[in-house]
Amino acid sequence: MADQTLDAKGLNCPLPILKAKKAIMALPAGGTLEVLATDPGAVKDFAAFSRTTGHEIIEQSTEGNVFRFVLKRKA
Amino acid sequence: MADASGTKSMSIIVTKGTLDWAYPPMILSTTAAAMGLNVTLFFTFYGLTLLLKNPGLRMSPLGNPAMKMPMMGGHMGMPNFMSMIPGVDAGASLMMKDMMKKKGVATFEELRSLAIESDVRLIACQMTMDLFEYTLDDMIPGIELGGAATYIEVATQSDINLFI
Repeated sequence: MADQTLDAKGLNCPLPILKAKKAIMALPAGGTLEVLATDPGAVKDFAAFSRTTGHEIIEQSTEGNVFRFVLKRKA
Repeated sequence: MADASGTKSMSIIVTKGTLDWAYPPMILSTTAAAMGLNVTLFFTFYGLTLLLKNPGLRMSPLGNPAMKMPMMGGHMGMPNFMSMIPGVDAGASLMMKDMMKKKGVATFEELRSLAIESDVRLIACQMTMDLFEYTLDDMIPGIELGGAATYIEVATQSDINLFI
């Protein structure tokens, strides 16, 4: 279970990333954030966001048209 | 170039003030800020519109054959003469805003607020402010004034410099 869940379903680029950034900064270091998104660009974009910021994607899955990521805030 | 703390930076010269062209600088600056970059936007000429308290952004299909809107299962452009009819540009702008809302695209104002919130530095070109007779009272709070040298200094220190 992630510490927080962000429902970004229905939002288009770049809102899922912007909202995820806000939500992850509200967590303590090591805290986890689950993001749910329907933007098909989210898969590549969250990978790039993770590589650039160092907030690691520790889980990733797809259910129907919903992409789920669990991000871990950088220590 | 990354600064002493390893933070990268980006600058964008923003020269256009129509609804469609307002998006790229706002999307890129908010996203770069979210990815940890220091971002500076330099607004000049029609780009100044994007800093107005009430930007009332519009777009025009005039001279833009690439502007084809999804319609009845296909894509439809608009002949140039249509743009001369009063209300057509306003209608096209409303259509675009409506389409964006339906597709979950942020409004321009929303992105601008997010940019301010994430400390994107907003510089208005002093010369074009004077040229178009704008004062700081016309603009949203928190912007700075600067000239070409101010921008060049920022650009020499940035990893990414774009012109939009």
